[in-house]
Amino acid sequence: MGIVSRGFGGRRSSRAVNLPPGQYLVEDFPVLSAGPTPLVNLGSWTFTVRSETGEAQEWNWAQFLALPHESITVDLHCVTKWSKLGTAWEGVSLDTLLSDVASSAEFVLVSAYGGYTTNLPLEDLLDGKAWVADRYDGEALSPEHGGPARLLVPHLYLWKSAKWVRDIQLLNNDEPGFWESVGYHNYGDPWREQRYWGD
Amino acid sequence: MARAAVLGRLSWRVADVVDIVEETSTARSLILDVPDWPGHRPGQHVDLRLTAEDGYTAQRSYSISSAPDGGRVELTVQRVEDGEVSPYLVDVVEPGDRFEVRGPVGGYFVWDPDDPAPVLLVAGGSGVVPLMAMIRTRAARGSPAPFRLIYSSRTPGTGVYRQELRVRAESNPGLEVAFAFTRVPSTATDAGRRRVGTDRLRESGWPPDLGPTCFVCGPTGFVESISRLLVDAGHDPARVLTERFGPTGG
Amino acid sequence: MSDTWVDGNGLAGALRELFAVDITTARGTCVGCGTVGPVAGARVYTRAPGVVARCPGCGGVLFRLVRGPDRAWLDLRGVTCLEIQVPDSG
Repeated sequence: MGIVSRGFGGRRSSRAVNLPPGQYLVEDFPVLSAGPTPLVNLGSWTFTVRSETGEAQEWNWAQFLALPHESITVDLHCVTKWSKLGTAWEGVSLDTLLSDVASSAEFVLVSAYGGYTTNLPLEDLLDGKAWVADRYDGEALSPEHGGPARLLVPHLYLWKSAKWVRDIQLLNNDEPGFWESVGYHNYGDPWREQRYWGD
Repeated sequence: MARAAVLGRLSWRVADVVDIVEETSTARSLILDVPDWPGHRPGQHVDLRLTAEDGYTAQRSYSISSAPDGGRVELTVQRVEDGEVSPYLVDVVEPGDRFEVRGPVGGYFVWDPDDPAPVLLVAGGSGVVPLMAMIRTRAARGSPAPFRLIYSSRTPGTGVYRQELRVRAESNPGLEVAFAFTRVPSTATDAGRRRVGTDRLRESGWPPDLGPTCFVCGPTGFVESISRLLVDAGHDPARVLTERFGPTGG
Repeated sequence: MSDTWVDGNGLAGALRELFAVDITTARGTCVGCGTVGPVAGARVYTRAPGVVARCPGCGGVLFRLVRGPDRAWLDLRGVTCLEIQVPDSG
């Protein structure tokens, strides 16, 4: 640890709560981005689930809006060490989106408008653990936070919750995504502090 | 481009704040004493690291504004609203405080004091900081390279170094300084009071056929715009050197 | 829009941790579009889990740098060749 700079606290809250190890609390909603914010036209937006055999199911925006939505309030944990508690979302459960897919795959690779990718075990998307969210805090999800729609997998570090989600590819073999291929942990459980390879 | 140098290992050094100059209501210069400072070239920057009592750290890059002068290094910091590091440096730090720096780093946006070619400096806001290091180094070294600075800020009150630049423009032969303001009433008639565009770059800059080196520094949008105008005006893209510090400032 | 990129000049310190020479003056060729330019001219996104440097010509990813507490990862797959100035050994 370096020398302490007198009077420097950083932009953190000191509210005592139960956070995953190494995390600190924020009240704002930091915007992280690995590239330009893609501007996705709702008229051409699609979301696709593709099985390991290539069978695809696609929704356009109107079809997606017609799917049953759930309200979810969850805590977010970013690997850059901020956590935000009690965030309120609305979205479609992955249980709904994956219900008609015949698959024996164990992994998924999620791709986003703009080229971002992230990988997860398929089981981490099922049983009420993940959503494609299109509303945040009672309003349409803004582009900077991933609108029109983003993946929301709150039990893993937030880089898994791909903004601007476009498709989910089911895979028999795991394939590391954008950050997982350059040092970040393949699974990313914040409670086990799985930040980097080998953690 | 200067020949590559063998560089020592980059390590964090403890810097002591020995003096502070209030530049504007939102910017100040911190004069640091850095033991074993290896010296720097004008245009280079340092990485600065703050550490809180619980071990939390925050790191940013700041351009050096001073000419090489032993272990003395001056940084000029503009407060960024909602920032985490700059408000601390502008509002909290006092002489006697310490933090860590590493550097100097950066070999691209650097002026070579042995190069006699004309130089055009174009600054947007606190992008003037590394350009000031070039102006100060030019004077300290007695370089004959003709310098022209076009310095764009919102209003006269938001620009840093204004007094020093006016004095230097009078006393440093071969240095010309032109100010431009982006947010003054449209009724203002002073020729300086307008945005930097093609006309201003032609009037206050150098013709491309003199082969000047152009240094453009400021917010990303400003630098994108100015560098494009310079290339469109016929300047060699390889001699238009740029440094961008983000959407609103460093 | 929140396209908060800076340029590669600001990576000089992070790259000097890993290399013996300044890499920001090195010239790289983009895999995607063939644009050649200095690392200092890349479009760099730092408000992310790591650093992402993109080609000013096509926006494709040139390289990614992740810094852990005791390790760094550098993925250069978007760059075909880096021309690096080194001290003259003659």
